[in-house]
Amino acid sequence: MTVLHSAPRYSPFDGVLETLTAALGADVVSAIEQHGEIVIHIVRERIVDVLRALRDTHEYQQLMDIAGADYPSRPERFEVVYCLLSLTKNHRLIVKVSTDEATPVPTVTGLWPNASWYEREVYDLYGVLFAGHPDLRRILTDYGFQGHPFRKDFPLTGYVELRYSEEDKRVVYEKVELAQDLRQFDFMSPWEGAHYVLPGDEKAEGNKA
Amino acid sequence: MSLSLEQSPTTGDEVITNYTINFGPQHPAAHGVLRMVMELDGEIVERVDPHVGLLHRGTEKLIEHKTYLQALPYFDRLDYCSPLAMEHSYVLAVEKLLNIEVPLRAQYLRVLFAELTRICNHMLNLGSHVMDVGAMTPNLWLFEIREDCLNFFERASGARMHAAWFRPGGVHQDVPLKLLTDIADWLDTRLPQLFDDAMSLVVDNRIFKQRNVDIAIVSRDDAIAWGFSGPMIRGSGIPWDLRKSQPYDVYDRMDFEVPVGTRGDCYDRFMVRVEEVRQSARIMKQCLAEMPKGPVSSTDRKVVPPKRGEMKQSMEALIHHFKLYTEGFHVPAGEVYVATESPKGEFGVYLVSDGTNKPYRCKIRPTAFSHLQAMDFMTKGHMLPDVTAIIGAIDVVFGECDR
Repeated sequence: MTVLHSAPRYSPFDGVLETLTAALGADVVSAIEQHGEIVIHIVRERIVDVLRALRDTHEYQQLMDIAGADYPSRPERFEVVYCLLSLTKNHRLIVKVSTDEATPVPTVTGLWPNASWYEREVYDLYGVLFAGHPDLRRILTDYGFQGHPFRKDFPLTGYVELRYSEEDKRVVYEKVELAQDLRQFDFMSPWEGAHYVLPGDEKAEGNKA
Repeated sequence: MSLSLEQSPTTGDEVITNYTINFGPQHPAAHGVLRMVMELDGEIVERVDPHVGLLHRGTEKLIEHKTYLQALPYFDRLDYCSPLAMEHSYVLAVEKLLNIEVPLRAQYLRVLFAELTRICNHMLNLGSHVMDVGAMTPNLWLFEIREDCLNFFERASGARMHAAWFRPGGVHQDVPLKLLTDIADWLDTRLPQLFDDAMSLVVDNRIFKQRNVDIAIVSRDDAIAWGFSGPMIRGSGIPWDLRKSQPYDVYDRMDFEVPVGTRGDCYDRFMVRVEEVRQSARIMKQCLAEMPKGPVSSTDRKVVPPKRGEMKQSMEALIHHFKLYTEGFHVPAGEVYVATESPKGEFGVYLVSDGTNKPYRCKIRPTAFSHLQAMDFMTKGHMLPDVTAIIGAIDVVFGECDR
């Protein structure tokens, strides 16, 4: 596919995918090159060794980010995505592992000190556990927050809201009350229409069937 | 009543235990809502535990519930000191998934305004850094330049800060010719005068140097290990600039230098930013000289909505307009990580699309996260007043750090 966009251009991928999959061997679950990105899926237990090999022998010196992602339909619903950068080869790489609510992912804080906050963030927002993390506290949400807000089954409005109570002279938490319903417009197909539940409609539907 | 001499509490042999203080979240030198729990031995910092997240708004979750175009204005509100630089990563990520061609004039306009944003951002950071270590005047003088920049943004987009002017496929509207000539005049006259005036007060100032030189020295290896980017990694002597090494838009046509520091201290980081302002002005001049005429956004009507005038004449344009502002465009399934050189460092967007009209996941890589995380190791052994200088040199903005 010809490249038409003007997004950052780094060194070409010629042969990188093959070299890396050959070097990592059985640790690779899948590896694809798509949209100008190399994405390598790794066996969860082997992530520390793989990232150490990538850092030390394949010159991916910097860990730029760790992202979590939630795919509730999969058996292992969470993905932990490591974005690596090579300063010497001028190259980027996406490495990922998958896990579920209970299974911890080995921490990479031993390889890069800045992994600590990134892993805390994934733990905070998705509830993914990291085995061996020295300080796995919440980071972005409120002190005493419950739940993991970026999971797909966590509602956008949340469960509690906060206000200053004049009677109690302090900040109080209360259950979320919406003055009007949260409107999620479904424009996926305006002509066929989304399936809105209209009260009374089920009678008409019932007669048809 | 007889006078009793006051006894100094530290003259005896008593041992002073370490004590813990709270820095922030409401502290003028914390650059927003940073709370740091600091363990001090006298006035020496032993340990710092930064608490972030007080400005967490769940931007990434909100983006998952918006169409690709509706998600764009959230990026202005991340780093509200350099809004257009935030949009830049996002529009490039969407364009990379769509593989859509952006007209040359739009690319020049983006680079021009991204560099104007850089100047605008550095004016705020340099000024507040100087103010954090005790000087008031340069900040006020630099804000004059920042005011000019914001006026230019307003004339291009209608908004002083939250421009939402970069769009997938180009920019929203063309700029008037008078704006470009005014920017050119400003680059030749006001900017160098005001900037050099303000910097002449600071760069060789004895007090400023005493507060910054040899403070928080970060070696090359540490800078790499901690995931530093932008002026922080360049301050440590690594000539790494995404505009040079991984050029996007028309940066590969621009001729500019990448300043680097020699010692890796706060003063070097400050001076790297000072020189970047001059280099940004140089890039902007080249943009103004070379900018071609032509369309400012892609003519692919399945992505970029038509203009109002066209809609009055064409039924098809009307339909496209309706569809794009209700349903939005669909982006092919896949995932990309796109990072650009924002004024503060590498600002990345990890975008996952499932083929629908809304992002499935949009992870924002803030620059401040890895820099702020290194606070503990950078401040260890320094004095309490140095902490403000270190935060100033990090250039942290909490809209972006906490998302």
